Amino acid sequence: MIIDHPLLGPRDSAEFTYMGDARLIERPSPDSPDAAAAFYDYAYLRDNPAGWHRELWFHEAGDRSWLVVTRNTVTHEISKVEFASDVARAKGRSK
Amino acid sequence: MRYSGLRVIKEALSGHKGWTPAWREPDPAAHYDIVIIGGGGHGLATAHYLAKEFGQARVAVIEKGWIGGGNVGRNTTIIRSNYLLDGNEPFYEMSLKLWEGLEQDLNYNAMVSQRGILNLIHSDGQRDAFIRRGNAMILNGADADLLSTADIKKRYPFLKTHDARFPIKGGLAQHRGGTVRHDAVAWGYARSADQRGVEIIQNCEVTGFRIEGGVCKGVETSRGFIGAGKVGCAVAGNSSRLMSLANMRLPIESHVLQAFVSEGLKPVLPGVITFGAGHFYCSQSDKGGLVFGGDIDGYNSYAQRGNLPTVEDVCEGAMAIFPMLGRARLLRMWGGIMDMSMDGSPIIDKTHIDGLYFNGGWCYGGFKATPASGFAFAHLLAKDTPHPTAAAYRFDRFEKGLMIDEKGMGNQPNLH
Repeated sequence: MIIDHPLLGPRDSAEFTYMGDARLIERPSPDSPDAAAAFYDYAYLRDNPAGWHRELWFHEAGDRSWLVVTRNTVTHEISKVEFASDVARAKGRSK
Repeated sequence: MRYSGLRVIKEALSGHKGWTPAWREPDPAAHYDIVIIGGGGHGLATAHYLAKEFGQARVAVIEKGWIGGGNVGRNTTIIRSNYLLDGNEPFYEMSLKLWEGLEQDLNYNAMVSQRGILNLIHSDGQRDAFIRRGNAMILNGADADLLSTADIKKRYPFLKTHDARFPIKGGLAQHRGGTVRHDAVAWGYARSADQRGVEIIQNCEVTGFRIEGGVCKGVETSRGFIGAGKVGCAVAGNSSRLMSLANMRLPIESHVLQAFVSEGLKPVLPGVITFGAGHFYCSQSDKGGLVFGGDIDGYNSYAQRGNLPTVEDVCEGAMAIFPMLGRARLLRMWGGIMDMSMDGSPIIDKTHIDGLYFNGGWCYGGFKATPASGFAFAHLLAKDTPHPTAAAYRFDRFEKGLMIDEKGMGNQPNLH
C-alpha cells in the first residue's frame, strides 16, 4: 500500500505503524458521569467495518506525524489522507 | 458409510463405484432447536459435539459459501497447547487431547501427526520465560521438555546453533504438538455431524437476526427465514460484520494473516520449529512443501490477501533461521481474515440477547483450538453454562479488567 502523505507525497506503508480506528482521537472526558462506560467503549469496542474505514497511521520512519487515512478494508484502496492534528482541531481540540 | 481399510480395498476392486457423498445437501427447514452460523472448523465441530455429546439432533449449520472455505482451509495446520495463562492452558490442553482421539471419534483420516513443536531460545531471558511457560504447561497436565543446544543439534543437524546474531541457546519442545490436515478437519466434522442428523446448509448467507423483545427467534437468510430456539455464531474473521446485524459492537478488529508454502522438497524438517528472535514458524507438509508464516499485516482488512512488507518480514525470519530456504521457490501465498481481539484471547459466551450465542475472537490461533472450541461452544449452547475450561472467555472480561493477555500487549489488537 502507498500512503499519499500530505507533505511528503506517496510513501510506502512500511514506513508507518498502525494504531486503529480514527475515533481514538475522540477520547472521552474522565469527568463525565458515565466515564467508566465511555472509556470501556473507547478502549475496547470497535465498529470494524468491511469497507471504508478512517484510521490512524503514524509515520514512524518518516516525519513522525500522525495521519488519518481513509482506506477501504476490502480493497486496500486509500481515498484520503489528512493530518490527525487537523482532524482533531476541526473537532474543537486545541492540538 | 463407515470408512475402513477393508472398505478401501473392496472399493478398489470394484472400480470405486460404491462411495457415497460424505454429507447431504438438505434445503433449510422452517425451524431448528439450534442454528449455527458458520460452516468452518469451529461451527462444524460445534455441530458434531452437540449431536454426539449433548444429544441435540435438530441442529443446522448454515454457511454463506461452501464449508471449510475460510480460515480452516487457510492456516498453517499447527496444533499445540503451549500457553502460559490459567484462562488459556487448560482449554488448549483439552483441545490437544481431543485432537489425539479425533480420527477415531470421527471415523475420518485427518492426518493428525504428533511430530512435535520446538520453540527456539536465543537468549538467557527467553530461556527463563520458556522455563516458566513449560512449568505452567506441566502444571496443567500438558507435556513440556526443555532441550539443550546439543539435543536440538541431534534432532535438527542443519540448524546453525552458534550463529553470532541469533545463537540457539536451547528450546522448549512439546512433543505431543504437531500438524493436522486442515481441510480434513472440516470435512471430518461435517460428515460426522451429518451422520448424526445435523443439516449442513451451504450457499445460505445470513442477512439479519429476527430479534423480538430481546429474544433471538431465528435468522433471515438468502434462502428465507430459519427459526431457531438458539443461534450460535462461529464466523471468526467476520464476527464484527455478522454481529453488527444484531447491533452489537465487539472488542475485535479484523486483520489479515498471510501464510506461505514452498515447492515440494525431500524430507528435511521432521517437526514444527518456531524462531524465537523474530516471528516465524515452519513445518513440512507430507507433500514436501515447507509451510510457514509470521506476523499479521497489522491493519484492519477483510481482503484475504496481504501486502509485500509482511512477506519481506516473514522471509527475513526464514532466512535468519533456515538460510537453505532461500534456494527454494515459493509456490503459493495467501491470506486469511482473523478476529483480533483486544487481549489476544477468544470469546465463547452468551450475548445480551436471549438465545444468541457467540464464538469468536480467535486471533491467529483458532485452528489448534477447533475441537475444544466446538466442545465448549456445544456445552454452552446445550446447557447454558460455560464449559469449565472456557469459563474465562467472557464478553465482560474487558469491562471487569480480567483480560487474558498472553503477550502482555494491552488493547492493541495488531500486537497480539
